[in-house]
Amino acid sequence: MLKAYYHLLLRDLRLALRNRHELANPLIFFVLVVTLFPLAVTPTPDALRAMAPGVIWVSALLAVLLSLDRLFKQDYDDGSLDQLMLSPNPLMILVLAKVSAHWLLTGLPLVIIAPLLGLFMSLPTEAVSVLIYSLLLGTPVLSLVGAIGVSLTVAVNRGGVLLSLIILPLYIPILIFGANAVDVASDGLPVTGQLLFLGAVLALALSLAPLATSVALRITAAR
Amino acid sequence: MSTEIMFEAQSLQCVRDDRLLFNDLSFAVAEAEVLQIEGPNGSGKTSLLRIICGLRQADAGQVLWHGESIASNREDYYANMVYIGHLPCIKGDLTVLENVRSLLDTRSLTLSNAEIEVALAKVGLATYDDVPGKALSSGQRRRILLAFIELSQAKMWILDEPLTALDVQGVALMESMILEHREAGGSVVFTTHHGMQLDCEMSSVRLGGKPGNQAAEE
Amino acid sequence: MIKAIWNWIQRFSSPKYFYSMSAPLVTWFSIAALLTGLYGLYLGLFVAPTDYQQGESYRIIFIHVPAAWMSLFIYMVMAISSGIGIIWQIRLADMVAAASAPIGASFTFLALVTGALWGKPMWGAYWVWDARLTSELILLFLYFGYMALQSAIEDQRSADKASGLLAIVGVVNIPIIHYSVEWWNTLHQGATVAKFDKPSMHIDMLIPLLLMAVAFKLFYAAVVLVRTRNEALYRDRNRRWVRELIERL
Repeated sequence: MLKAYYHLLLRDLRLALRNRHELANPLIFFVLVVTLFPLAVTPTPDALRAMAPGVIWVSALLAVLLSLDRLFKQDYDDGSLDQLMLSPNPLMILVLAKVSAHWLLTGLPLVIIAPLLGLFMSLPTEAVSVLIYSLLLGTPVLSLVGAIGVSLTVAVNRGGVLLSLIILPLYIPILIFGANAVDVASDGLPVTGQLLFLGAVLALALSLAPLATSVALRITAAR
Repeated sequence: MSTEIMFEAQSLQCVRDDRLLFNDLSFAVAEAEVLQIEGPNGSGKTSLLRIICGLRQADAGQVLWHGESIASNREDYYANMVYIGHLPCIKGDLTVLENVRSLLDTRSLTLSNAEIEVALAKVGLATYDDVPGKALSSGQRRRILLAFIELSQAKMWILDEPLTALDVQGVALMESMILEHREAGGSVVFTTHHGMQLDCEMSSVRLGGKPGNQAAEE
Repeated sequence: MIKAIWNWIQRFSSPKYFYSMSAPLVTWFSIAALLTGLYGLYLGLFVAPTDYQQGESYRIIFIHVPAAWMSLFIYMVMAISSGIGIIWQIRLADMVAAASAPIGASFTFLALVTGALWGKPMWGAYWVWDARLTSELILLFLYFGYMALQSAIEDQRSADKASGLLAIVGVVNIPIIHYSVEWWNTLHQGATVAKFDKPSMHIDMLIPLLLMAVAFKLFYAAVVLVRTRNEALYRDRNRRWVRELIERL
C-alpha cells in the first residue's frame, strides 16, 4: 500500500519534471498578481504592509486554484484514471499520492518564494517567517480540498469557472486565518492560535478530503 | 478442463439518457471461457463493460466475482481482472518502459526490466523501451497495452475494442494472446467490430440496441 | 427483517407512490403556512411592542431571522437527503435535494436583502461586513455552487451524486466557515452591536418570531413538495406511470 503511494507520487513528480516550463507557471502567476497591487493601489511601504497579508494569501489561493486542473485532468483524458480506480489498492491512498505530488509541485514552491514577496510588500522579518508557517500549513489544505472540486468537475467541459465557484467558498476559513496570522505577526503579537487553527483544519482535511475525493472520482467515472 | 464459474452478471439493467440500453441481462463467465459482447453502435457494450468492471453502477442487478458482489470483494476482483477501454492510458512524457511500469504499479506488480522487455518484444516493441510515448503511433500505443495485459497476471481480461488501431500483425497477436490466455485457464470478455478469428469455442451475449426511444419501465 | 424494512422503504420512496400521496399534503401545508404566517405577521407588526432602541424598524426581524434560519435548515436538508441518495440509492432523496436548492438560495437571498434593509437605519449603510451577513453571503455562494454543478453535468444520476457530495462537503465546512467569520468579525469590528441575541427577548416579540419560523417551515414543506412532484414527473417522463397520468388527462 505504501509502495503504491510512493510509486504514484514518483510517477507524477517525474511527469511534472519532464514539463518544467509548466511547473513554473503557477509560481510566476503568484508573483505577477502580487506585483499588480503596488501598481494598482500605492507603493508606499505603510500601505503595502497593511495589505500584504491579504494580497499574498489571495494570490496564493488563486495560484493553487489555477493549478488544480492538472491534478486529474490528464489522467482523466488519457484513461489512466480508470486504471487507478481499478487498482486493488485503496483509492484513498492513490488520491493522497496525487495530492501530495500536487502540493510538492505547487504549494511548496509558493512557500519558498513567499519571502521574496514579503520583501516586495515591505513585511517585517518576523511576519515573513509567520507567512511561511501559515502557507506551509495552509497550502496542503488548498490542495486537499481542491482535489474534491476537481474530481467533481474534471468531466465537465469548460469546468474552470465552475471549479472556482464551488471551491473558493470552501477556502475562506484558510484565507481568514492565514492572512490574519501574518497581519497579527507584523504587529509583533503572538500567533499560536491562528497557526493551531490552520493545523487543526489541515488534520481534518487530511483525514476527510481523500475519502470525499475518492467518492467523487467514482461518481465521475460512472458517467 | 474445469468449468468453474468465476464471474457472474445477474439481471443487469442500464439506462442512459432516458434510454433503456439493456434490461434483465444475465450471463456467467467460467474459467477458460471467451465471451464476446455483440451489438451495434450505441447498444451499450461499453456501458456494460464498465458496469462489470465496477466503474459504473448498474441501474438494477448485480455483478458477482466468485459468488460475492464485487463491491464487497473489490480487492480480490481487481487483483485478478484487467480492463482496457477506448483510451490509450499512455503518457507521452514517459518512456515505453516507464509507461508499462506505471500501469503495473497501479496493480502493485513489481517486475524486473528483463521480464517487461520480454513482453515488449512479444508485442513487437523490442527496441522501444527508451522511446517516449509521444513518439509512438497509435497502433504502437495499443501494443503497450497488450504488453500490460500480458504482464498483469489477471485471470480475467475485459477488453473494449482491443483491435482498434492495430495492424494485421497486431490483430493476429491479440488473437494468439487470447488463445494462450485461454489455454492457461484464463477468461476473456471482449467487444469488437473488427472480425476476430478465434480458433476456439466462444460464447456470446447479444445486446439489442433497437433504435429510437425505449422507455425505462419499472 | 431488514429486508422487509428495506422493501417497505423502497416502496414508499418510489416517485410514483410519492406523487400519488403528496397531493393532499401540498394543500394542507399551504393552508397551514398561510394561517400561521398571517397570524405571526399580525402579532409581529401590530401587537409586539416597539423596541426602545431601534424603534419600529426592528420589526423586519420577523422576516429576517426566520429566513436566515431557513437558509441553514434547507442546506442541512439538502445534505442529509443527498447523503441518503448517495448511500442507499434512493432516487426520491436526490429529487428532494435538487428541489430544495433554489428554495434555500431564495431564503438566503431574502435574509441578505432584509439584513441590508435593516442595516440602513441601524448602521447607516446597506452593507457592512457584519459576521452574520457575511456568513449568509458565503452560504449563498455555496448554494450557487451546488446549483451550478447540478446543471453542468448532463447525466442526471451523476449530477445528483456529484452535487450531493458537494452539499455534504459544504455541511462539514459550514461550522468552520461560520466560526472563522465570527472570529474575523470580532477582530475587525469589535464595536458592532450584537443585533438580536439579547438573552431575554420580550415574550411578545418571541412568540411572533417563532410563529413566523413555523410558517416559513410549512411554506418550505409545501414548496419543496410541489417542486419534488415536478421533478418526479420530469425525470420519469418516459416511465409508464407518468405516461398513464398524461393519458388520463
